[in-house]
Amino acid sequence: MKILKIFIILFLSVGFFNLKADEKNDELKNKILKNIRCLICQGQSVYDSESEFASSIKLIVDRKLNEGIKEKQIYEFLREKYGDWVVYKPEINKNTYILWLLPLLLFLIGGAIIYKIISKKNEK
Amino acid sequence: MKSKLSLFIVIIFLSFCFVIFYKGLNNPNIYAPKIEGKKNLPTFKAKNFISSSYLNSEKIFEEDTFYIVNIWASWCVPCRTEHPLLMKLSKNKSVKLIGINYKDNFNNAKKFIDEFGNPYSQIIIDNDGTLSVEFGAYGVPETFIIDKSKKIIRKFIGPINKEIVEEIKLIIK
Repeated sequence: MKILKIFIILFLSVGFFNLKADEKNDELKNKILKNIRCLICQGQSVYDSESEFASSIKLIVDRKLNEGIKEKQIYEFLREKYGDWVVYKPEINKNTYILWLLPLLLFLIGGAIIYKIISKKNEK
Repeated sequence: MKSKLSLFIVIIFLSFCFVIFYKGLNNPNIYAPKIEGKKNLPTFKAKNFISSSYLNSEKIFEEDTFYIVNIWASWCVPCRTEHPLLMKLSKNKSVKLIGINYKDNFNNAKKFIDEFGNPYSQIIIDNDGTLSVEFGAYGVPETFIIDKSKKIIRKFIGPINKEIVEEIKLIIK
């Protein structure tokens, strides 16, 4: 009877951990799919789209995750095939410097202008 | 002086916005990255349409010649318009055509080939569209040119036309 109890507990805990692992895998898959642009759709991610293109990409991502391929490598694979545009969050490289640095630059310039205005007002 | 400078900045900003939006109006809706340099041919294993046997990509592209890979489907209407041009291209001895049958029903695809002719030296099946993704395709029809060093050198999205055929002929010359 005791052995049976241990066996049931072990069986349930293995099932629970498998369920947790599947959940984690699904979360990662959805995260990746939300970051991939559906290139034939208007402003939709692959996650949101039901197009033929999106369904093929979903299968590829699923297959690659099952093969143990990392998130970054999946993005690299897709970038090689479709260019930087396929990923919503582009990597920092020579083509995307302006994209990443311009908001920061504008923020700093804006901050400097506001600071100057405030300090001028205080002087008065 | 200050108001003149502000006006100048506003005019520059508005002109910048106008140019960006005007350029955007003429851009196509579908994004197509330019192929910069040559791209490697993907390695894959695919099912042959006729014999149902599995073939490696090395076996499919084993000859020392130019290859044209054409993605097609019987349900794709533009594929019908480009088919006569592919039939003409298939008569060219310096190129071999490989067809990728994309997400299709076997009987419908066979009927299509029987009706319009078979320009392909080999047809491979891509039931789930993943093989087409390996080539960097968006859908059907799409055509790729592979040179003798087994690199993808050109990609045509959509049906090919007479101008594209002339371009292909110049490349494979």
